[in-house]
Parts: sequence; C-alpha cells; structure tokens
Amino acid sequence: MTERIYFYPIWLRIWHGINALGIIVLIFTGIRLQYSDLDVLGMGFGQAVSLHNIFGILVSVNYLLFVLGNIFTSNKKYYRIKPKGLINRVKRQARFYTSGLFKGEEQPFPLSEKRKFNPLQKYSYIIVMYLFMPILIITGIALLFPELIVEKIYSFSGIFLTAFFHAGIGFLVSIFLIVHLYVASIGKSPLDNFRSIFNGYHDVEPKKK
Amino acid sequence: MSQRKNYIWLVCLLLVSSYSVADEVQLSEANKHCLECHANQTFKFYNEWMETTSIRMMNPFYIIDSISYLSGVHGSFNCFDCHSPDYETYPHNAELKLEPLNTCIDCHGGDETYADFKFDMIEEEFSKSIHYKISGESFTCSKCHNPHYYKTTARMSASINEIVSYNNTMCLSCHNNDLKYQTVSGTQLPQLGVVHDWLPNQELHFQKVRCIECHTQVVDSFMVSHNILPKEEALNDCNGCHSANSLLKASLYKYQNIQARSEEGKLGALISNEAYIIGANQNPFLKLISWIIFGITLFAIALHWIFRTIKRKKS
Repeated sequence: MTERIYFYPIWLRIWHGINALGIIVLIFTGIRLQYSDLDVLGMGFGQAVSLHNIFGILVSVNYLLFVLGNIFTSNKKYYRIKPKGLINRVKRQARFYTSGLFKGEEQPFPLSEKRKFNPLQKYSYIIVMYLFMPILIITGIALLFPELIVEKIYSFSGIFLTAFFHAGIGFLVSIFLIVHLYVASIGKSPLDNFRSIFNGYHDVEPKKK
Repeated sequence: MSQRKNYIWLVCLLLVSSYSVADEVQLSEANKHCLECHANQTFKFYNEWMETTSIRMMNPFYIIDSISYLSGVHGSFNCFDCHSPDYETYPHNAELKLEPLNTCIDCHGGDETYADFKFDMIEEEFSKSIHYKISGESFTCSKCHNPHYYKTTARMSASINEIVSYNNTMCLSCHNNDLKYQTVSGTQLPQLGVVHDWLPNQELHFQKVRCIECHTQVVDSFMVSHNILPKEEALNDCNGCHSANSLLKASLYKYQNIQARSEEGKLGALISNEAYIIGANQNPFLKLISWIIFGITLFAIALHWIFRTIKRKKS
C-alpha cells in the first residue's frame, strides 16, 4: 500500500510548467542560433532570435516566482544546505543509482513529508536553480543590452566572456534537463513522476517497520 | 647628485620630444598660405574696390581640418599638388572650380609603390558597382574616400570597432545626408531605418558590422570589395554571417594584421575580440568537448536503461 503526499502546490506546478516549456524552447532556439549550419527545425535566424528573447524574458520573470515562493512558503525547507555529511549522502545516493538499484536495494533516502528530494536531486537542483539560472539570467539580460557590458575585463573581451558563460551554462542546463527527464522516469512506473507534476501528489512507499 | 639626475632626465625628455616632433608631418609654407583662410570659419582679405579689409564667412564645404589633413595619407602633399597654383591669388578665378581634379588612378594606376593596394583591380571592381552604373565617371573615388583626410584604417587599426565606424562613416556621409545624396544621385534619400526594417537589432548591426559586408560582393583577393551591389542583391540572410563559415571571416575578419597586431596569439585574439557574432564564434575545441559531454550523457543513460530493463525482466 503506497502513501500519497501532496508535494507540489499549485504555484510550484505552474512555475515548473512554464519553466519546462521555456527552457525547452530556449535550448532549441539557442542551438539554432549557435549552430546555424544545423538548420534546427527549419527555423529562421530572426525568428529564433525573437523566440529566444521572448522565452528568455518569460523564464526570467518566472524565476522570480520560484524565488518568492521559496522565500514565503514552506517549500524553502527542501533547499536548505546541510554541509555535515553532504558528500557522503550524495555518494550513497549515487551508489544507489549506479549499483543498488539493479540489486533491488532499498532507497537510501526514502521520500517523506520532510524529504521531498534525495540528496543528489536536492544538490543538483540547488546548483541549477541558485547558481546556473542567475548566471543565465544576468548574462542573458547583458546580451539583450550589450551596451551594458564592460568592454574589457583585463585582457578579455567583456562580450565574449558574457556570451561564453551564457552558452556554456546553457549547455550544462540542457545536459541537466536530459538527465532530469531520465531520472524522473525511474519511478514505480516510468510515468509516475510525470503524473505528479500535474496533480501535485507523489506516491511513496510507507516506511518498513 | 639629485640635481645631476634631474638634468639627465631633462636632456632625455628633450631628446624624446625633439624626436617625436621631427617625426610628425609639418604643414608646408605653401599649405599654410591656403589654410590661413581654409582652416578657419572666416577669412580676411583686402577689398581693392572698396579699399578696405573685409572679413567673410568661409563656405563650410571648403573648410579643411588641418590636424586631420596632416594625419591623413596625403598629409605631406602640397595643396597645389592636386589643385591649380592659380588658387594662390584671391579672389580665386571662378573658372577654377571647373578644373578636372586627379582621380586616385591618375596617380596610383600602375603604381608599384602601392601595388599592395591593387588600385587597378579596385578600378575594375568599381566599374561593376551600382555607384558606377548610376553615376558613371562622375562618381569618383573621392565621393567616399575624402583625399584630404583619408586613412587606411582597415590596414592600420587593430580595433574592429574602429574599422567598422570609419568605414560606415564613409557610406553614411551620403546615405544619411539628404543634401549629399541628392547631389550625387538626384533622387530622394531612402530612410535607412525603414529599408533595414527586416534586420533585428539594427543599431547594434550598424555599430558592429560594416555596410559593405552585406552590400558588396566579397572578393578573396581584396582587402575591401568595391563592387557595391544594387539593393536587391544585398545579403539579407542572417546565416550568411551567423554561421561557422561566416562571410565575415572572408571580409571584416580576414585582416590577419588584426590578429597579428593583437600580439595575443590565436586564443588571445579570440577572447579579446571586441565583436562576438552568435553562430560565427565557434571554437572547434569547445565544440568537441560539448559533443563528448553530450555523447557520454546519452551513453550513460542508455546503459542505465539497459541494466534497469534486464533487472525488471529478472524480477
């Protein structure tokens, strides 16, 4: 018998939906802009620029919703960094994904009301949401208004560094998205977690006594 | 001791400053005579009819900026090398205005000293251009290349921004000036913003790319293409520049001297380049790394999925 926990409140699901759609559009238009020789989706360059700008602004504004939600609701508790034993917890979870899972071992950190994410999930989300996203938003705004960019940072071109970080971090986010989608399919059934982001409920195994 | 040191410094300073002064092009006496009037907004002359000294305003089109003149490629020339010596007297003979002036080819055609500039090929290319087709011989080089101030910025400057700005100012001197445009073409000046309506980030493009990038046919053997195309044939395909084999590499960025002068090597030149062109600044090393990371991710996922499937089947 599984237990249903209401993990994802409505504001979080709205934020997640907009973010997911926005990031996918940004990745495709970003690839179109960076590798115009690939002819991604037969999209025109000007069209890709407009879409990238519009969805970049949309995702940035939406990011504010995530930050405000995590300031003013109890959702923030899931993102608290606990440095003590952090590396060991992440290692244990990684070991589970790479070996324990195939041996039928129990989840080392089963999900509960107090623990929405396993350690690997939690810290990858923290890195993506509180490090990568701000860098992408700041560099993105700078590239929208290149006159704001400092011309030279020591001997480096300001615009090159800005574009380099924007494209480089954007690439890492796209790698994160692929892994995120795959890991989400590791549930009781492959569609379980995807269902949860629509209805807000997550099925967890009750603790064994 | 310290007085002696100061004295040595003073001598060094004088030596350096005398060297730099000697190195600069100086105005010749003959040019000073012309520029006495033509470098100022007003000029003074003795009116023999009235027997008085008169002060008149100089026609703004005939005012010469003596500093820019001296730093231009023809800075060491005397005015009379190109203009009639009869200009020495005032009032100038009205017919002098009709004197045929030398064109670039008159002096530089077959000129071995400046063979590198390929003046004869430029002439040939220019004769195919829309400027020549519309205005014929009357469209002289000086319409774009002001012989009084011209600098070979594309060859001398290490800054792409400077090259772009200098070059576009030449085009805009007519294409953003009603009076000059109508004098040359006899037609109404099209509004640049409107005709470039299709171009995203217009202002940024105008600042960072030369007009000739899209409005000329790029020729490999040339520094600057002179075959200005009719507007219908101008490039309006973003991919032309925003791609790995960007046209800009064959034009604006082909100046090897820009990289050589930057003295920062290939990587240094890449990261210190003032311009970043989406799609064109593809670094093969970073591209390879990103493909490897992408490949490893997909491979790891595929492997994980296979093990999961095997485990599911076993249980």
